[in-house]
Amino acid sequence: MPNTNVTIDELKAKAKELRANIVETTFSATSGHIGGSLSAADMLVALYFKYLNVDPSDPDKYDRDRFVMSKGHCALGYVPCLAMRGYLDIEEVKAKFNKTGSAYGMHPDSKKIRGCDASTGSLGHGLPMGVGMLLGLKLKNMDSKVVVMTGDGECQEGSNWEAAMAAAHYKLGNLIWIIDRNKLEIDGPTEEVLGLEPLADKVKAFGFKVIECKGNDMEDVDRALAEAWANDSDTPVCIISHTMKGIGVEHYQGKVTSHYISFGDSRKDIEPILEYIKNTDVATIK
Amino acid sequence: MGTAWNAYDANKMSAGKADGQALAEIAANDPRIVALTADLAKSTNTGIFGEQFPDRMFNVGIAEQNLFGVAAGLAKVGYIPFASTFAIFACLRGGEFIRTDAAYQKLPVKIIGTHGGLSFGAAGSTHHCIEDFAVMRAIPNMTVVIPADAYECARAIKSCVDVPGPFYLRVGRGMEPLLHNSEDEFDFEIGKAMHLKDGNDVTIIACGNPTRDALIAGEMLDEQGVSAQVINMHTLKPIDREAIVEAAVKTRRIVTVEEHNVVGGLGDAVAAVLAESGKRCILTKIGIPDEFGPIGKPEDLYALYKLSSQGIMETVMELMGKEIEEDDWDDED
Repeated sequence: MPNTNVTIDELKAKAKELRANIVETTFSATSGHIGGSLSAADMLVALYFKYLNVDPSDPDKYDRDRFVMSKGHCALGYVPCLAMRGYLDIEEVKAKFNKTGSAYGMHPDSKKIRGCDASTGSLGHGLPMGVGMLLGLKLKNMDSKVVVMTGDGECQEGSNWEAAMAAAHYKLGNLIWIIDRNKLEIDGPTEEVLGLEPLADKVKAFGFKVIECKGNDMEDVDRALAEAWANDSDTPVCIISHTMKGIGVEHYQGKVTSHYISFGDSRKDIEPILEYIKNTDVATIK
Repeated sequence: MGTAWNAYDANKMSAGKADGQALAEIAANDPRIVALTADLAKSTNTGIFGEQFPDRMFNVGIAEQNLFGVAAGLAKVGYIPFASTFAIFACLRGGEFIRTDAAYQKLPVKIIGTHGGLSFGAAGSTHHCIEDFAVMRAIPNMTVVIPADAYECARAIKSCVDVPGPFYLRVGRGMEPLLHNSEDEFDFEIGKAMHLKDGNDVTIIACGNPTRDALIAGEMLDEQGVSAQVINMHTLKPIDREAIVEAAVKTRRIVTVEEHNVVGGLGDAVAAVLAESGKRCILTKIGIPDEFGPIGKPEDLYALYKLSSQGIMETVMELMGKEIEEDDWDDED
């Protein structure tokens, strides 16, 4: 059950902390997939600090909820979030991210990262794996949720739709598919590269209940997740989380170039960015 | 309905009543075992596994990427999934899901590729599979087994549960003649070559369906005055290096036989072991010569590519006529 003791303000503060950690990790690694990590940050925080039934002292807890970061390149947001939740040492994550021999690469490795339920990186793998996990959990008569976060560009991979069909067919009501709809992919806006719209209608047609939310507005994220968590039907849920790529880094937010960026060598370069994050409510950014 | 077991069921056709039980047998005592297919089981005959364990069978429809992704997810929560489809759709259509979801995460996903090689002859090259040995043996963590007949298939299915990580089992269409007379008459150990016939002049190393023809060829060669040793290399990975090196030293001539492209399969695996061993040996590879095969009855295609007993015998005789340079070799034991 969700942790009702945590407040929206506390979650917002955590999201600011995660954004700062994403920027600092990128600085330490010299570059990174910052755009999609920042767009998903609020959702990640809400999941890990309020909704997911997980225990950092027992990462393999048998009845835990599972989370699959299908857009694996956003390990830059996911792994610092795991660290903040208590699975890992955040300073170690920052220092070692992308470094030779590190457990923390550009894409998450479940064999090396405490709390990471699935190795990802190649897009379109998370939803099939999530469906398999839930088929197994259902077979064990367990009521755990399986949450899969994909990108929106990632929805161009056909395997997502194979898995979506299976989720509806097998009545996986405990599946929550979150699409981080930041509207941009590497080569440009999704609607220019390969149009996804009407995305909600497509997902509905595949047998999901669709909930849309403003994914960088913690109150709305909380509303959407509460509704998803309350689902007790056999219908799987999809949250289309409307977000802004790169949000929180002023010069990149909303731009295609935010997908992967490099910072300079001087820490002074990121100080204004960290200051901006500290002083800005991302929900107000247009 | 359908399952990994489906492959097994196919083999049962040639094994009479002998073996349909293999997966169902182990599943009865092991609740971790589940099975998946991608619309390739008979729609009305659910088979022994499906009848006994309907809740543990999942048909994901015609969706091979999802097949292996779902299998990996089931393995993530403690199950041992057997996922079955045609070999070509497993290794190439679903290949990246096998590689990234199952193998990279070292999950016990057991893959059964049916209709391997040219066994679906008339279906043509879309359904032939002469690439799976190469693909599967190049994937880290993967064990690759090609049973010679239905009885070996049964033994492999029972054995693979205890093999950690992903496992690829390649079988034919289920209409192939048997090598063995029963499931219990032979020793079967994954990673250990099976010696079928002793001989001193040449070694035939075979895997899969043509193994029986290799043995018959060995017997035909006896009549021609050539003493052929025949080895069943059912495990392609990890390959039994010791058996290969022993054969090289003993006979100095090796012929490999596989229902696969000569690129990347058994022949190349044997060649690599030989080259690394430093032993003097000459090798001929029988297989599909890096081309898409024609349409035809499997037995006609086997004859075309010298995978028949006659073809194997003729190839061995050609090899016997070749000189082996003695130059700088100094590996005499």
